[in-house]
Amino acid sequence: MSAKKSILIINQSAPYGSSNGRESLDLALTCSIFEMPVSLLFVGDGLYQLINNQSPEQLQMKKHEAMLSALPMYDIDQIYVTAEDLSENGLTENDLAMPVTLIQRDVIASLIQQNDSVLTF
Amino acid sequence: MKFSLVIHASPFSAQTSSTAYRYAKCLLDEGHQIFRIFYYGDGVLVANQQITPPQDESNLLTAWQALAEEHALDLVVCIAAAVKRGILDENEAKRYEKPNANLASGFELSGLGQLAEAIAVSDRVVTFGS
Repeated sequence: MSAKKSILIINQSAPYGSSNGRESLDLALTCSIFEMPVSLLFVGDGLYQLINNQSPEQLQMKKHEAMLSALPMYDIDQIYVTAEDLSENGLTENDLAMPVTLIQRDVIASLIQQNDSVLTF
Repeated sequence: MKFSLVIHASPFSAQTSSTAYRYAKCLLDEGHQIFRIFYYGDGVLVANQQITPPQDESNLLTAWQALAEEHALDLVVCIAAAVKRGILDENEAKRYEKPNANLASGFELSGLGQLAEAIAVSDRVVTFGS
């Protein structure tokens, strides 16, 4: 299979309300194993997947931020968040569990254009 | 053009699940090729052979089976998503010591590598979300 195809995964779901966040992450790691360049964009409620000090123990769920910490080991470091989403949710970069690339919302279109394939969770 | 579809939507609960079926049918009618249909998340639930909708309602399971039969479609169900939702083939039923398998014929349990491959070789990948 052609290994060079780049993939953008758009995450728009909050971490614990559905299985989307977990399944998106599993796909990102798998694509990375197949040496496909992976970028992750977190928009809207998806931003909450990234915040630090999550405590889902009472929901009997695994910590999403802990699973995300595997990303650097898989060479996934293209992680995008929009400045607008941060400020609209009353958050700053300091509230996030990992370093991200801040972009303006109107850059999303070119991010989609730059990638060969886009999947949304 | 070569397409692959990723279906997250639960059958009967989300209209997207039947939209995905009609989209696939339309692609084939228009002469496009479908490389693979990948069922993920709650989308895997359509592969339960016990699905029994009321007689006057459409049956998405048999619809997919008929379409797959007619066009030799590759219907792949994510194994991790399926097993935890109780969709098991003979191997998994044996492995987890469950009394019976219930994966519908025409579907195959496999890993996310099958989705990565579908992304790599398809011209277009279309997601049908939950």
